[in-house]
Amino acid sequence: MKNIIIYPLSYLVSLFEHIGKYFDLMFKVLRSFATWHLYMGFLPEHMVKLGVSTIPIVIVTGLFSGMVTSVQTGYQLESGFIPDSYVGGIVGVTVLMELSPMITALVMTGRVGASIAAEIGTMRVSEQIDALETLSFDPISFLIMPRVVSGAIMFPVMIVIADFFGILGGYLAATVSLGISPYDYVYGLRDWFVPWDAIFGVIKAFSFGLAITSIGCYFGFYTVGGAEGVGKSTTQTVVVSCITIVILDYLLAAILL
Amino acid sequence: MISINNISKSFSDRVILNNISFTINKGEKIAIIGESGIGKSVLLKNIIGLLSPDEGNVIIDGQDINEITFKKLQKVRSKFGMVFQFGALFDSMTVSENIGLALQKLTNCDRLEINDRILKSLSEVNMGGAEEKMPSELSGGMKKRVGIARAIALNPEYILYDEPTTGLDPIMTDSINRLINKFHSKGMVTSVLVTHEMKTVRDVSDRVLMLYKGNIQFDGSTEEFLSSTDPRVMAFLNGDSTYKE
Repeated sequence: MKNIIIYPLSYLVSLFEHIGKYFDLMFKVLRSFATWHLYMGFLPEHMVKLGVSTIPIVIVTGLFSGMVTSVQTGYQLESGFIPDSYVGGIVGVTVLMELSPMITALVMTGRVGASIAAEIGTMRVSEQIDALETLSFDPISFLIMPRVVSGAIMFPVMIVIADFFGILGGYLAATVSLGISPYDYVYGLRDWFVPWDAIFGVIKAFSFGLAITSIGCYFGFYTVGGAEGVGKSTTQTVVVSCITIVILDYLLAAILL
Repeated sequence: MISINNISKSFSDRVILNNISFTINKGEKIAIIGESGIGKSVLLKNIIGLLSPDEGNVIIDGQDINEITFKKLQKVRSKFGMVFQFGALFDSMTVSENIGLALQKLTNCDRLEINDRILKSLSEVNMGGAEEKMPSELSGGMKKRVGIARAIALNPEYILYDEPTTGLDPIMTDSINRLINKFHSKGMVTSVLVTHEMKTVRDVSDRVLMLYKGNIQFDGSTEEFLSSTDPRVMAFLNGDSTYKE
């Protein structure tokens, strides 16, 4: 009986402890911008690692999410009373506002967030972070700030690429599987297009980029124990990032739309 | 001079260091010894400010490192070189990048001078030719040597060694011991070694500090330590696990 009360309570306490430590770390990251000129040299390397090297995954997920949206929209509209051009319109809006940022972010959580947590966590348990400190480096400026900034810059770029391939995938599926004419698809796409939808997707990407990289850095930086600790940090990063993305997705929609 | 004043450190409910005080004078070679898990590395990390004591303070050349700003602490740390138990080399960097990283940040040397200092440090530890190797390509002993090269590259006033010879074969142990003596005699360096290797204590240190259950059990010269009649010291020296209080 006692455990029924104590377990949720201790869980809550630990949750608030994590939130407090996370914001404390982020405050230190903000403060570390004072020395940005010393560490920004590492930015291109992280931008390549977090962004450029993930382009193939982004293309594949973007392409297929557009294709499946197209096919399912066609299936829903098969009554014949609704114009074919609606497929292009619905694919465009769905890909730009929701599918492309959301699916790409979830894939990036596994690809980027987990790798950041594992890399920084391994540095923690093998005393490399201690070594950095003894060499008079600020590990937050050196390890965390460039990764978070790279995430914030590269995620919107990735989303724009995913948007393009999502719409292209929708076009291919619509014309090949559904037999919709290219003119109808493009007409619907242009007719339904509102610039704000694309901007909204990019704002979401920016927020997801910040969240995924900072959560990965947080769990990696506070890793304890050996290999088991690194594994735990990686798992926590993926789970917490996915939950955060879903919550952020709702909050941004509620605030911005 | 390093002055440790009444420092205590606990993790959860476990007391690791209990009101410990001692002073390390410039030019000394002090070995901090004791059983595994007794708090030797914790003490070393308190000295360089990687851990903060729960009580007490650490004064380095007149500055209380637990009270100063991070910027000042970085300045104090630039007087130190630290050699980690497993090298703690940065995985993603080559040997020369590992050594050059701090040189780029902390000195005004140009690229050529930095390269010269990297090569010089590596040749001091007999690792010439390993500049472009990655840490994953090095053996345990080689990693420790590169760790030493990284620590000495900045010409520190204090070098802290965390178990520099643990896990090495006798030949490599002797070679590392000689390196420590070489750097010590070259400049007015203060060397602090954490170890439980008696050969290293005999060959390198001129003062021994033994920790036991969070307190200082012995503090004196190496000769006094080796001839001590204290039963706990004797048990440690002889590797006698049957000793009971």
